Amino acid sequence: MPVRFPTIRPSEITPESVYLSRRALLAGVLAGAASTALPALEAPSPLPKLPYQPNAQLSVSEAPNKYDEITQYNNFYEFGVDKADPAANAHTLRPRPWSVAVQGEADVTGTFNLEDLLKGQALEERIYRFRCVETWAMVIPWIGLPLAQLLARFKPNSRAKYVEFTTLQDPQQMPGQRSRVLEWPYVEGLRIDEAMHPLALMVVGLYGHVLPNQNGAPLRLIVPWKYGFKSVKSIVKIRFTATQPRTAWNVAAPNEYGFYANVNPAVDHPRWSQATERRIGAPFLAARRPTLPFNGYATQVAGLYAGMDLRRNF
Amino acid sequence: MTVTQRYRYIYKPVIFVLSLMPLLWLACGLFGWLGASLGADPVKKLEHELGKTALNLLLLTLAVTPLRLLLGNPHLLRVRRMLGLFAFSYVLLHFTVYVVLDLELNWRAVGSEIVKRPYITLGLLALLLLVPLAVTSTQRMMRRLGRRWHSLHRLIYPIAILGVWHFYWQVKRDVREPLLYAAILAALLLFRVLRRYGRPALTSKSGSATAPGRT
Ligand code: HEM
Repeated sequence: MPVRFPTIRPSEITPESVYLSRRALLAGVLAGAASTALPALEAPSPLPKLPYQPNAQLSVSEAPNKYDEITQYNNFYEFGVDKADPAANAHTLRPRPWSVAVQGEADVTGTFNLEDLLKGQALEERIYRFRCVETWAMVIPWIGLPLAQLLARFKPNSRAKYVEFTTLQDPQQMPGQRSRVLEWPYVEGLRIDEAMHPLALMVVGLYGHVLPNQNGAPLRLIVPWKYGFKSVKSIVKIRFTATQPRTAWNVAAPNEYGFYANVNPAVDHPRWSQATERRIGAPFLAARRPTLPFNGYATQVAGLYAGMDLRRNF
Repeated sequence: MTVTQRYRYIYKPVIFVLSLMPLLWLACGLFGWLGASLGADPVKKLEHELGKTALNLLLLTLAVTPLRLLLGNPHLLRVRRMLGLFAFSYVLLHFTVYVVLDLELNWRAVGSEIVKRPYITLGLLALLLLVPLAVTSTQRMMRRLGRRWHSLHRLIYPIAILGVWHFYWQVKRDVREPLLYAAILAALLLFRVLRRYGRPALTSKSGSATAPGRT
């Protein structure tokens, strides 16, 4: 089914009374069945709804964070270094129309309109754990499509060992790029087998609605077993390469942020411990919990790194 | 009103209330009063705001002497102790939030972080050095210690350096703000150096009239 990003009409907005009663209903359901993954999570998003199927198999059963937590607390330096900056400043981003350049070691390259790229792609909801390298963590219901499914359309050739993703560079739309806290544009990358792993998700929505600007609209990556900085936002370029991409945080501080950046309780950041994490939204004195290897996805992804020294390749 | 009365009934109470404002504002955020909020991560918000306020007050304390001399107003000295004690209180609260709310009283983690993370070591050192200054801040202690009081309270210089350094080291990437603090601290310290070793303009008469020491 075609995915379009319609502008919202007043008649489409759910009246508040209806929405509040739905919330009450949802709260009732939640109280009854605390931690079962609910299908069709809804949130008070002002953005258009997306059609999608919940993917219960690849979702965790933990209760997701609140929509406000996910959209008001972001690391997105293109809009400022404070966690509240993206929500305040990202309105200058124009996520549609949007095009993505596909380059490098692939048979199908060129510049594609995002709408065309997504046409006919079924979207799914996956409730994933999210772990920032700074030790805070959330549970987030993303809407997207498997990255492998998208990349396969470009027919990468045998020299494609890595995939590089680049964020938009435009200080007019991204005022944080006027100061050089990082090398712009933001670049991230994955080994091709990591990119083709079924858990890697290309995201276009959140909580059943179109992705808000501050969360990386209109197109962002989610690699749930890696620290959040790998999950590059507002992607304008996908490049298949034979050599390992130069990634933004790795270039900025190679001893602190590795290329792999797999969530790993055994490898500390030089300035803080990674042994535990703090769940955003948890009550005081009950937010810390042990960090899980590969952020809880070890059974699915550990095989990708068989024989590798994860201390050196942090 | 005499100068003493003006300080006792107006200036000091005003500074007292102003110094409490950051704490009151955090309390509003914590309990949701007046529409205030600490955001999605209240623990980090508390930790950061308390640390920032502590450092602001520490630098304000250090600004009293230069202001007193440059403005030729010896009475300014009367508010310095209050500023210093507030700085210490905010550092203590900052430390308490770290141990209780951030590390959730996991004492093993507290110990290993102090040892392993240089920025935490520096912060703790600054906190420990502040304790004797707070304890000896009373009139009685000042009299009792005499000249030694002044030598002891020069510890405030290394404490401020440790505080700014601690700030600089804990920042992930954007060091502009800690560098601004470092510049302000450097100016405040340079003032002392110039005053001590030359630049007669800064060793003005109004200073030596009442100042009990070069602090
Ligand atoms: C004179 C003493 C101290 C001063 C002036 C001070 C000041 C600061 C400042 C300005 C910040 C940054 C706030 C921001 O980014 O907005 C900070 C952060 C921090 N301080 Fe302190 N601090 C002191 C002592 C301590 C002590 C004793 C500890 C713990 C043992 C500590 C732990 C921390 C932590 C954990 C952070 C936050 C790091 C992060 O976000 O990861 N500080 N402090």
